[in-house]
Amino acid sequence: MTATEVEARPPLLEARDVCKYFGNVNALEDVSLAVHAGEVTCVLGDNGAGKSTLIKLLSGVFTPDSGQLLIDGETVELSGPRAARHHGISTVFQDLATVPLMSIWRNFFLGSEPTRGRGPFQRLDLKRAKGITREELLKMGIDVRDPNQTVGTLSGGERQAVAISRAVYFGARVLILDEPTSALGVKQSGIVLRYVLQARERGIGVIFITHNPHHAYPVGDRFVILNRGRLMHSAPKAEISREDLVQMMAGGAELEELAHELENIAPAP
Amino acid sequence: MSEITAGAHTPAPAAGGDERLARISGLTRILQRPELGALMGAIFVFVLFAITDSTENHLWLTQTGLAAWSQQAAFFGIMAVPVGLLMIAGEFDLSAGVMTGVTAIVMGLIINNWHWNAWLAILGTIVFAIIVGLVNGVVVVTTRLPSFIVTLATFFILRGLSVGGVLNVNHGSTQVTLDNPNAPGMASVHKVFGSSFGVSSALPSGYQTSILWFVAVTIVATWVLSRTTFGNWIFASGGDANAARNVGVPVNRTKMMMFLATALSAALVGVISFAQASSAVSEQGVGYEFYYIIAAVVGGCFLTGGYGSAIGAAIGACIIGMAFEGVIYSGWDSSWDFAFLGVILLLAVLVNTFVYRRALRARR
Repeated sequence: MTATEVEARPPLLEARDVCKYFGNVNALEDVSLAVHAGEVTCVLGDNGAGKSTLIKLLSGVFTPDSGQLLIDGETVELSGPRAARHHGISTVFQDLATVPLMSIWRNFFLGSEPTRGRGPFQRLDLKRAKGITREELLKMGIDVRDPNQTVGTLSGGERQAVAISRAVYFGARVLILDEPTSALGVKQSGIVLRYVLQARERGIGVIFITHNPHHAYPVGDRFVILNRGRLMHSAPKAEISREDLVQMMAGGAELEELAHELENIAPAP
Repeated sequence: MSEITAGAHTPAPAAGGDERLARISGLTRILQRPELGALMGAIFVFVLFAITDSTENHLWLTQTGLAAWSQQAAFFGIMAVPVGLLMIAGEFDLSAGVMTGVTAIVMGLIINNWHWNAWLAILGTIVFAIIVGLVNGVVVVTTRLPSFIVTLATFFILRGLSVGGVLNVNHGSTQVTLDNPNAPGMASVHKVFGSSFGVSSALPSGYQTSILWFVAVTIVATWVLSRTTFGNWIFASGGDANAARNVGVPVNRTKMMMFLATALSAALVGVISFAQASSAVSEQGVGYEFYYIIAAVVGGCFLTGGYGSAIGAAIGACIIGMAFEGVIYSGWDSSWDFAFLGVILLLAVLVNTFVYRRALRARR
């Protein structure tokens, strides 16, 4: 029996042999992955490996040319990002998650604003919105004293935290994080990785897309490595070591060759 | 606004707090208000003309002065406020100026040529404004062309129509004057849009009712912008349309609504000016679009969208009103109006840039 068959419940979100072609380019070919509740599935790959295409398939932006998506074990067709959100799949895009010039609470509730009153007197419930924003961010371990601050005054990691906690608050069961650490420094990346674990603790299935194996390994339960649009390797944490992961990500043999070449170009002084 | 004060009442942070977040000082909060530059400018301009006032009884500081500049401010402000909101939503409307004249002409022509009741003529004018607003909005959101270009085109089309079209249907004259001073409904329309209030011995001519419309437009716009869901969408549409779409904000609809609101406000100004003067002339309002943009920018609305306030735009309109009237009260050559406004605009933009940097200052 394999590990997946042992699981009592079907995965929250699963992709089975999905393919996507753009003209004669096979952007993605026969890729499968799954994420369970309270689990982090890391998708790794270099630029052009098909990571973005995969996210867009999972978040409903694209529909697969073949293969299927399953939510709770049932085949679904996502007609768009809205449909994906309806199924509890929330995607946090790297730079397109928040509006920098707007305050934290306005960003938090953007598109799903809480209101009170009726008809022409219907208005934003400022007190509730600000209170919930503070509370939810505290749950992520971030203390915003002033929810009126513009998001632009927050650091990159904190902005990701706002986007993540917002997705969680609005009922995300699956959280897709698109390179949340790629633009961040070491310290800020650590903070974001902590949010990833916090989301996992709360029973959310996280799909964490990155090209950094050092960020993926400590938080991941399952690793999917893509290379040139194909599934290169897929394994639970128990069956793969950090070194294997780094090796595969770096392209293994290719890296050794490169190292040789570089040594020849720049001989040791 | 309560947005700044509300933060002060939130409970103290949990013990230990998050040391990564620096405290926001009260000064920074005030500096982040978009209206700041405009308010300082308005006080400066008011005091300046109080000092330079060369009228016999120092009328600038009396009701006479107030009535004069607030009437001018209303004339520009009713448009500056929606134009400011449109700018916050990330779009421009260069046809806003000519629209205030064209709508006045439309109203006059309907009454003169079709002999409609004045109130029905206002309804017809509103329908006309809705059509123009929709054309601007639909073309901009469907083609994704810059609204600067699209509305520049509508501006020139309307400008041409206001001359050529009017010559055609108005007996070869570019001036549309009310044929029948007792046209049905005109008396009550005049009362609501073109008369005055607050008449006293100190101020025999009173204040124009347009001032009340200006205040109403500002209050409604402020309410919508800072207290409603739609206001949140206005900020988001101009701040980052992609991020807004990602969380389900109907960006296109929001922008369309703002083009519509701008055109409808132009109709209001058109109706007011026709009710006041009982006449309208081709090319009336041409060039005013720049005053609206100046007022909005002086009021803290960013040319790039995403930030600003309705009250700020209203204060900006007051500055323009004071500038036009103050120059007269000071006995200066009114040719200097433009230079004066240019300096004010430049100063305001400098303040805005400062505010912008503070609003976006990230601590990494």
